[in-house]
Amino acid sequence: MQGGKLEMVDQRNIDVNVNGEPYSGTVETRFSLADFLRENLGLTGTHLGCEHGVCGACTVLVDGEAIRSCLMLGVQANGKQITTIEGLADGNNLHPVQEAFWKSHGLQCGYCTPGFLTTLVAFLRENPDPNEKEIREAISGNICRCTGYQNIVAAAKAAAEVLRAK
Amino acid sequence: MKPAPFKYHDPQSLSELVALTATLEDAKILAGGQSLMPMMNMRFVTPEDVIDINNVKELNFIEFSDDFFNIGAMTAQRELLSSSELRTVAPILNEALAYVGHFQTRNRGTIGGSLCHLDPAAELPALASLYDAKMVVLNKEGQRVVPFDEWSLAYMMPCLAPEDVLVSLSFPKWKLNHGYSFVEFARRHGDFAICAAGVLIELDKSDIISKVAITIAGADVKPIRLKAFELEIVGQKVNEDLIRSAVEEVKKIETMSDAYYSSLYRKRLSGTLVERALRKAAERAGGQT
Repeated sequence: MQGGKLEMVDQRNIDVNVNGEPYSGTVETRFSLADFLRENLGLTGTHLGCEHGVCGACTVLVDGEAIRSCLMLGVQANGKQITTIEGLADGNNLHPVQEAFWKSHGLQCGYCTPGFLTTLVAFLRENPDPNEKEIREAISGNICRCTGYQNIVAAAKAAAEVLRAK
Repeated sequence: MKPAPFKYHDPQSLSELVALTATLEDAKILAGGQSLMPMMNMRFVTPEDVIDINNVKELNFIEFSDDFFNIGAMTAQRELLSSSELRTVAPILNEALAYVGHFQTRNRGTIGGSLCHLDPAAELPALASLYDAKMVVLNKEGQRVVPFDEWSLAYMMPCLAPEDVLVSLSFPKWKLNHGYSFVEFARRHGDFAICAAGVLIELDKSDIISKVAITIAGADVKPIRLKAFELEIVGQKVNEDLIRSAVEEVKKIETMSDAYYSSLYRKRLSGTLVERALRKAAERAGGQT
């Protein structure tokens, strides 16, 4: 299987917009969107935990919708708008969800954090005034193994309040 | 944990798609990717060719006729959840879809992908079973319709040849005020159910069952419809005796064991879930929600 296949690496040209910046380039078609963002664009803020859709660490926004970037091919992002963790803050001003995580101590090691933040940005846009049960359901697809979820839920509540006031 | 090399194809129409499936020998169709991508990442599957059908727009629709509602195979689970018309015609879809993965996976996961992957505990095949959905299959030679009864050949094996493509599912409508309930038990929200049960029920003016469907998922390798029992209880009222007889009926089904849950546990759980779903469905058919 090795030799023959390696000679004919399947590649495609794609045009994507990542965090407001247009990008045109070549991607190996078997690369996940996460690998494309990390390897081709150097945007290593998107973390890969399990690479099979369970942990939620790699969540990014594609045309505004939260998806698992390990379960989508880079080539499938052709023509789409992607927002990663690097695109949340406005210059030196943190996004309200980032700020709330910082204030509420919603992270310790930070590995799962990019996925929580992108998930909550999409969730709070759709449901600006969630109750605790809805928040817990929204983050049920993201796994955190060190902070615990109490402060993450607190951060989500605080962020919702700030975003509503805007 | 990366897919093995493959050749990527992205047909732009149904005719292009069936021309491809007719010629490629070792191809996998990539729908929403919420099951195939993990399997490729873990190299459980290493196809020579991957056919991405996300650009085949003809596969994405929700249509209503007098007696049926039809859903294109590439309709995302999220789109099903946000259709208000679907919520009126078939409210059980909403109830069941809320259990399907998480909102991030529902944004990409499709109804056709779920039916072709055919996990025994998955909610969408359970709904197809409950409704006796008709599966519309296309290949280069033409179209055929497969009733859900014949769809599941074995564990995770739909009745599809390599050249076949699932185009859509056709669900017969139930009376507008029918009762419904979908319940399941999982260790964590969004995980695959250990077992699930769905019930649709129509009652006449004196609360007598005129039509009923009961499906159990996760108990065996494919969804189980209790068809004989359904026929038996038409003409009766939903009361404690009937619910007890339903639980007795569930004891007769074959259930599977795996590393986590024994067949006996699955049987008991299925009985409990059928009881809950039947009660709730009858209550809703009675006009309460």
